[in-house]
Amino acid sequence: MRAIAKLKIWRGTASATGRWTTYEVPFEPGQSVLDGLRWIRANLDPGLAIRFSCINANACKECMMELDDQTVYACTARLEPREMILQPLSNKRLVRDLVTEIAPPAERLLK
Amino acid sequence: MHHEPMHVETDVLIIGSGGAGMYAAIEAARAGCSVLLADRSLIGRGGATVMAQMTVAVALASETPDHWRHHYEDTLAAGRGLCDERLAQLLCEEGPECIREMDAWRIGWARKNGRIAQAFAPGHDRPRCVYVDFLNTGPAVSKTLRGVITRTGGIRKAGDLLIVDLVRVKGEIAGAVALHLASGCAVTIAAKATILATGGLTRLYRRNSASANMGGDGYALALRAGVALIDMEFVQFFPIGHLAPRLIGMDPIMWDPFRYKLGGRLLNSEGEEFTARYGVSEDGRYVTTRDVATYAIIKEVEAGRGSPHGGAFLSFQHCSEASLREAFGPVIDRLAKNHIDLTRMPVEVAPIAHYHMGGIIADERMMTEVPGLLVAGEAVGGANGANRLSGNAITEALVFGRRAGRSASQRARAMRVHSFQAQAARSALDLVRAEPKQGDINTAAMIERLQGVMANDVGPFRTQAKLTRALSSIEEMMRALGERPIGDSGAFDLRRLEWFDLRNMLLVARAVATAAVARSESRGAHQREDFPEMLPAWQFNQLARWDEHGITLAKTRAAMHAAAQ
Repeated sequence: MRAIAKLKIWRGTASATGRWTTYEVPFEPGQSVLDGLRWIRANLDPGLAIRFSCINANACKECMMELDDQTVYACTARLEPREMILQPLSNKRLVRDLVTEIAPPAERLLK
Repeated sequence: MHHEPMHVETDVLIIGSGGAGMYAAIEAARAGCSVLLADRSLIGRGGATVMAQMTVAVALASETPDHWRHHYEDTLAAGRGLCDERLAQLLCEEGPECIREMDAWRIGWARKNGRIAQAFAPGHDRPRCVYVDFLNTGPAVSKTLRGVITRTGGIRKAGDLLIVDLVRVKGEIAGAVALHLASGCAVTIAAKATILATGGLTRLYRRNSASANMGGDGYALALRAGVALIDMEFVQFFPIGHLAPRLIGMDPIMWDPFRYKLGGRLLNSEGEEFTARYGVSEDGRYVTTRDVATYAIIKEVEAGRGSPHGGAFLSFQHCSEASLREAFGPVIDRLAKNHIDLTRMPVEVAPIAHYHMGGIIADERMMTEVPGLLVAGEAVGGANGANRLSGNAITEALVFGRRAGRSASQRARAMRVHSFQAQAARSALDLVRAEPKQGDINTAAMIERLQGVMANDVGPFRTQAKLTRALSSIEEMMRALGERPIGDSGAFDLRRLEWFDLRNMLLVARAVATAAVARSESRGAHQREDFPEMLPAWQFNQLARWDEHGITLAKTRAAMHAAAQ
């Protein structure tokens, strides 16, 4: 039987109305959490909101989120064959799902 | 339920905040213009520049005598007869000024004995490439320009702003319509001059070395605004993109600087160096140009001599641990975290979509054929012909960015009032403010499908049959995508963002495949298995335009512009 990573992900646009959704992702050694999230979007739920651009290089620094209550970059955190709990950054304003407002105020259209 | 769109006015609108967009912003602001620097991602983070781990070609003559004309001759030779000589000259001639300005801004170019160090790279006649150790060239360029922007003043930065369409009034570009991703709001922008600095199209391919933002947005915006693209068939594949073992937190093009420094050996499954079979003997020196190396690796795989994952081996096992540590610095530790020990094992590499030679046609002021619209960086077509020389990408980002910023400021300062009209923005606004719609397509899956089609049928090796098949897949996806966005109109709905992305990506993919079908020869990055020879009769560039009938092509000679002037 193939190993599975269970990603339990916080979904929503406001803290009060959020919910948890668990997705099962086929596990392959060496993959990143971002690989798992992109797999979910292409195969299960394209509505899942994540923020990333460089995909794998840890150059853009956009994919910050909380994994088991620790702040990580999803592109460098390893996917593991267990339940992994993913939440948006708790110290930033929530936008949607795992996306938060991480730009400095001077780089936002709406301050 | 629709709110009025937010409206912003600026002298100069710059779309994209990589190296080209940021240098353009600095130059326009220095000339006294107000600037809106917009990026669909975060400012200075999402383009190709920040990911460039390599080197920057420039005739500085810091260590070895050099002159821009030598760099120019190498650029034209790499371009296989198709370079726009005006743009190639501009790149080579003004490169040194920009590199020195970056040095004055304390980028930290690597130095030897107090002089800026210059490395040798394939296709150059002498050591010509400056860099920032270790693998930090692009991040350092990006960080330096971000710092200058903050100090310059007059530049308003707006991340999370997706430009959906340009606004054309009386034959000129008067601004743009955008979707603000972080809020879901529609935005109209009045601008006296607009610069497309959106980079290339590598996101069209399954394996690529650029960010998820490089889906050819600028090419699609230009096509829909009536501007021609040139050389769209020439997609550069970087021959030794990392393939296996799985490596995270590192860009897949990271191996190149180490080949410069240590002469890593490219081997097939039988442990042989094989590039000599394809006309280039390396003998421990790294001299094979990108188009030839890509060809050689793919042919070895086809002949059954590939690595387990379908590429070639790259080995540094001939190097001592000390020399590896000296050349790779802290990168050795990052490799160790990925269980890669170069003293004991080779890695697997394979060609990966890396850069686009083609793009928006522009003159040496970076003005397109439509007044009010300029272009900078990789989005510009023509400077690199059929194959780009190593190291020219950051150089062109800086040089073309600076030039575009200057030209845009001249136009903006000569205009007293904005020509923007809300009426002309209406159809794009209707798209941005479309009612929520479920839709039955998975946008993320469709992007993956398109990337597979492009990789398999519009990759480095092409045939009439594959290209025709690709075009029919692209048209089928266009029909499935439809005319109205899916997703909701709130904040950060990726289905809606990806609907707009696919609208651009499919149009640009069609332009690439259409130009590739027409070019019945092999030249540089465009290799046709059914037409393997480079033909003098094809020493032409192709222009692509878009209208309701599709993409139409015309032949031109970019190289002749210089002679004609």
